[in-house]
Amino acid sequence: MSEKKRLHLHVPEPEFRPGDTPDFSNVDIPKAGSVRRPDVDVAPEEIRDLAYSIIRVLNRDGEAVGPWAGLLNDDELIKGLRHMMTLRAFDYRMMMAQRQGKTSFYMQHLGEEAVSTAFQCALEKGDMNFPTYRQAGLLMAQDYPMVKMMNQIYSNEEDPLKGRQLPIMYSEKEYGFFSISGNLGTQYIQAVGWAMASAIKHDTKIAAGWIGDGSTAESDFHSALVFASTYKAPVILNVVNNQWAISTFQGIAKGGSGTFAARGHGFGIPALRVDGNDYLAVYAAAKWATERARRDLGPTMIEYVTYRAGGHSTSDDPAAYRPKEESDAWPLGDPIERLKLHLISIGAWSEERHKQVGAEIKDTVLAAQKEAESHGTLHAGGSPSTRDMFEDVYKEMPPHLRRQRQEAGI
Amino acid sequence: MGRMTMIEAIRDAMDVMMDKDDNVVVFGEDVGYFGGVFRCTHGLQEKYGKNRCFDAPINESGIVGAAIGMAAYGLRPCVEMQFADYVYPAYDQIVSEAARLRYRSAGDFTAPITIRMPAGGGIFGGQTHSQSPEAIFTQVSGLKVIVPSNPADAKGLLISSIEDDDPVIFLEPKRLYNGPFDGHHDQPITPWSKHELGEVPEGYYSVPIGKAKVTREGAAVTILAYGTMVYVAEAAVKETGIDAEIIDLRSLLPLDEETIVASVKKTGRCVVVHEATLTSGFGAELLSRVQETCFYHLEAPIQRVTGWDTPYPHAQEWDYFPGPARVSRALEQVMEA
Repeated sequence: MSEKKRLHLHVPEPEFRPGDTPDFSNVDIPKAGSVRRPDVDVAPEEIRDLAYSIIRVLNRDGEAVGPWAGLLNDDELIKGLRHMMTLRAFDYRMMMAQRQGKTSFYMQHLGEEAVSTAFQCALEKGDMNFPTYRQAGLLMAQDYPMVKMMNQIYSNEEDPLKGRQLPIMYSEKEYGFFSISGNLGTQYIQAVGWAMASAIKHDTKIAAGWIGDGSTAESDFHSALVFASTYKAPVILNVVNNQWAISTFQGIAKGGSGTFAARGHGFGIPALRVDGNDYLAVYAAAKWATERARRDLGPTMIEYVTYRAGGHSTSDDPAAYRPKEESDAWPLGDPIERLKLHLISIGAWSEERHKQVGAEIKDTVLAAQKEAESHGTLHAGGSPSTRDMFEDVYKEMPPHLRRQRQEAGI
Repeated sequence: MGRMTMIEAIRDAMDVMMDKDDNVVVFGEDVGYFGGVFRCTHGLQEKYGKNRCFDAPINESGIVGAAIGMAAYGLRPCVEMQFADYVYPAYDQIVSEAARLRYRSAGDFTAPITIRMPAGGGIFGGQTHSQSPEAIFTQVSGLKVIVPSNPADAKGLLISSIEDDDPVIFLEPKRLYNGPFDGHHDQPITPWSKHELGEVPEGYYSVPIGKAKVTREGAAVTILAYGTMVYVAEAAVKETGIDAEIIDLRSLLPLDEETIVASVKKTGRCVVVHEATLTSGFGAELLSRVQETCFYHLEAPIQRVTGWDTPYPHAQEWDYFPGPARVSRALEQVMEA
């Protein structure tokens, strides 16, 4: 009666591999300003369409249009541009430092600078991020001292983490930046736990969890959504969809679901999908979500559609698995160029000013680097104390560690 | 003072701590309204409200992950894994996150959380309700691992665990919840209400982590045991008449090496007993430490009595469980050598 077919395993493949000519003309990019902005207390089921669209503010001519525009004044936008430029300049110097052997490893943000820098501006002092390794913009947007980041990257004598962590796995409670694990996805549910604690204490602080497209496949992602949904935790669940998880394209983690944002629907969590290369759109979505959390309306999921223009890390060469031209063909452009164009179009910026600020930032980064290197780099100059290796395993060192430290002769 | 079961003592510890410190919260599967499948949290929700004691989704990694986030905020979560056998999904959160948070952030963030879990066999729980997974935690730098053997210790050690600024794995030998069990499964058990170790001081007190207890002094041989095996060892000593010194380790990590070494140097013989499987079990660590520190005082090879290296069976529970007969045999062997 029933028809039987030989079964086959479906293994998704990206559209383009090295040697192919990338063409994204079939990717549906909604026009800037075309996506509606609902009230923050909207019922999640009424905005399901927003998880399948892309909220965009900046159009091709650099104009800010539509219902999500108009939240930031000129000064704030210029600050945002500076944050992104600083992050890019910082990355450039640190990539080079890694190539020069001054550190073991580095991870850059190229193409994704808007996501973390703009998001941070929607948070307040006391809120807590649970970041992954590609959100240093959360620190940059608070004018965090670059030299401190570099000291960590160099594992030098001033390294705030005492040489224990891989480069860029910062930790800075004072700046609302939870210790980066390096394991993927684990911090997502922790963000929900932090937000639950804030609710338990009837506090007003909120939390933000961060995860990449690839790591949404981890069980911790689903744990986070269940807990956030059940307890209506004041948390923003950010998914940075930069298309690539090392060499694995987003389709392997996404499977048959339309978008990552749509994963929120099964949990009754309102979800937005945003142009991650549009500083204004990122900020507007973040503002919407943080307002929901602050009004005790519960969690929000945001997917940032962006593109990892560089390698996954300094240990990765993307030419091995995707066309070199893919980054240029990516339809959402460069976040810095787009904000710059906008600022010029509203008369708040100029090419000349841009160059000038670029040079200024370069000098600041170089000065910080010089200062950091005066405290040592991974293999030269000042290093963290070997004794520190045994500290902080526990609050108080138990006898067996004291013995081992003695045995190590330090 | 009053007599309490180990369940009541554990509940009392949480009650005392929730009363003392607003930052203590208790959650886990079935722990809220119902009060836990073993009743350890019974009444806590009613007394402290849903804000401080609540049910969690069936998601152990989620429970521990959320607890880590809460601890980062400043709370002191005390969470329950319904059975130690269910803890494995949470292993990554425990090992890669809770245990290393202080270290990797140089003290910027810490994880003062207590993870309680009923462990061990003797209740016909089969593979999924009988395991003793202590050794997968004792190898993790940054954790503390506790196994109490009586109500008074359980309360004092749980209070110490909740107050501790580092993550603590708190294994509760479920066969001891209602009374001591010496492995003679065919005999009626003595409830804690009729046992002197059921005496539990009222209110706040603590038993220090990292200190073993000599539960029986003796000159012939040292038995290192913890949890249910303390009573199995006592039965074997009674039945063989061998004058053994029994050490209830109570804390596996950190380990009270001082007490162990002093005893083995005195007796010159050692038998290690645990319910968990043999290979790479915590007994291997104990043997190693005793060998390193007491070799020239030893008059016989150290013996180990443990669960067999098989999954925990159901129908064959009493062939699997290392009961007094096997411990007696080991004692006799170590004395003959």
